[in-house]
Amino acid sequence: MASVTLDKINKIFGSTHIIKDVDLDIGDGEFVVFVGPSGCGKSTLLRLIAGLESISDGTLSIGETVVNELPPRERGVGMVFQSYALYPHMTVYENMAFGLKLAKASKETVDDRVMATARILQLEELLDRKPKALSGGQRQRVAMGRAMAREPRILLFDEPLSNLDASLRVQMRNEIARLHNRLGSTMIYVTHDQVEAMTLADKIVVLNGGRIEQVGSPHELYQRPATKFVAGFIGSPTMNFMPASLAGQAEAGCRVQVEGIGELSLPQAAGEHAAGAALTLGVRPEHLRLEAASSDNAFEIVNVEYLGNEVYVYLEPMAGETLLIHRSEAPSRWQEGQRVALVPDPQHVHLFDADNRALKASRARAVA
Amino acid sequence: MTSRRFNKLAARVGFWGLVALVVVVAVFPFYYAVITSLKPSGDLFRVELWPSTWDLANYVQVFTQRSFIQAIFNSILVATSVVFIALLLGITASYALGRVRFRGRSTVLLVILGVSMFPQVAVLSGLFEVIRALNLYNNPGGLILSYTIFTLPFTVWVLTTFMRQLPMELEEAAIMDGATPWVTITKVFLPLMWPAMATTGLLAFIAAWNEFLFALTFTLTDSQRTVPVAIALLSGGSAYELPWGPIMAASVIVTVPLVVLVIIFQRRIVSGLTAGAVKG
Repeated sequence: MASVTLDKINKIFGSTHIIKDVDLDIGDGEFVVFVGPSGCGKSTLLRLIAGLESISDGTLSIGETVVNELPPRERGVGMVFQSYALYPHMTVYENMAFGLKLAKASKETVDDRVMATARILQLEELLDRKPKALSGGQRQRVAMGRAMAREPRILLFDEPLSNLDASLRVQMRNEIARLHNRLGSTMIYVTHDQVEAMTLADKIVVLNGGRIEQVGSPHELYQRPATKFVAGFIGSPTMNFMPASLAGQAEAGCRVQVEGIGELSLPQAAGEHAAGAALTLGVRPEHLRLEAASSDNAFEIVNVEYLGNEVYVYLEPMAGETLLIHRSEAPSRWQEGQRVALVPDPQHVHLFDADNRALKASRARAVA
Repeated sequence: MTSRRFNKLAARVGFWGLVALVVVVAVFPFYYAVITSLKPSGDLFRVELWPSTWDLANYVQVFTQRSFIQAIFNSILVATSVVFIALLLGITASYALGRVRFRGRSTVLLVILGVSMFPQVAVLSGLFEVIRALNLYNNPGGLILSYTIFTLPFTVWVLTTFMRQLPMELEEAAIMDGATPWVTITKVFLPLMWPAMATTGLLAFIAAWNEFLFALTFTLTDSQRTVPVAIALLSGGSAYELPWGPIMAASVIVTVPLVVLVIIFQRRIVSGLTAGAVKG
């Protein structure tokens, strides 16, 4: 078990700059999830930590040691691959024992460790099987067992659940979370699925275009996204964005003019932005209220999705084409074709400036 | 009988007729060689599909020639050495060419392919000089060297293609487990590459076993000859008589090992050993 420190890490492949000045501290025993769209560099970052790719610039430390030049086996890391990559000609036992044998562990040590790992992962019955005789979930557990058997200080997961079907994915997600609670080891997990990130992580790292957008707990990221990208990435259905302009300062916050909604008084401080500055208003689907339409501020309901416990209402603004989503508990009285007005909850509204940075709440009305 | 049923029947008859034709064309010469080898010398030129009298005299004659036994031994030595060396070099080369990214990799592959296109005759005299210079003339070593040269391009190409198909993550998993490239090759890739190795090894063996031109050119004495040359040089009672009986017997003797090898390795070639490595 150990902490990991990334200091100005860069990765350049030929002429493409994949990882740009990434700084990150991962505490001992933390469960950190790298999340982001495909091509954001999250897997590359994991492979840099694993030692499968070389670091172009910057310092990577595990514990107190700088490991930039160390090969994977000396870094004390174990990795679970997306495709599992089990050795097909070896039994489950041999798969898990391979690394230990290469490390020249004694026969008893190998046996002890493999059996202990198998017990944790409930693989005892399967030790004599070959990978092709295992189900997807079992292969997944063997892959984790192989990574754990050498008792690495850090466990790395590269999209480990993306090959499983939906129900098995939920089950394995649960098992990984319980495994982390039991082992207490540092884990770094890469996924493009924000639900996995939210449910597993102590700390989420949102990556975009090779840069860190925001680091924080799932709660922080959901409640106070630092950028428009994070706001749009975290949460399902995604946050609604509407163009807005700054109408002026207010005593504790600011006033913004939003097309189709009207003027709102919000707790965010306008800071150095002048009146008339272009902003983006972000509201999560559950923080919108629908009301019967008055004359000019109308949205048309184009679709209503009934999910049993909740209802998604899709709204089309009179001007503009991006659909907005409203979420409420079922049942809903709204129907397709109706005209409605939108009332955002000012306490849960986000404002982003032209650089897509979130405006902070002014001190006077800051909410915890 | 309806026309549809008739068509179906005709298609079946046509299909099996073609199969029979292919089998006859492929197998009949060998069958006739076997029969001829079992005939007494007086019956040799009587055309018949089943010999009226059986006689093992031809086999006895072949096996009592010391030089022929020596030739079989030479052939086994040369062919197995070629297979072993070609596979060892082929596997290691294919790891580099299939897995390691380096500048000029495709150029190297193309050069290897180009080398394999030279006809034997074109390099014969040059190779002869090389073998004389290396002091390998009239020595199995000379044959091993020259066969390996001609077998390697094919071996490397096939193994490289196969190596590239093995999932990248498998190698990375081995690296994470602390394996060096050599351990990765021997402990992880080799067991998975059996089908490819069986195929290329078998083809290399057959090529070395059957080769005639180099074997004739690079050897001088009976004790160093391989089987194809030994058969060609089998002489009859006089200069005007070709000893067909012993030639056929010798041909059958040297063909049987190949048939047996192909049957043994057929299963290896067919079996899909990578099943279960990754989801799919």
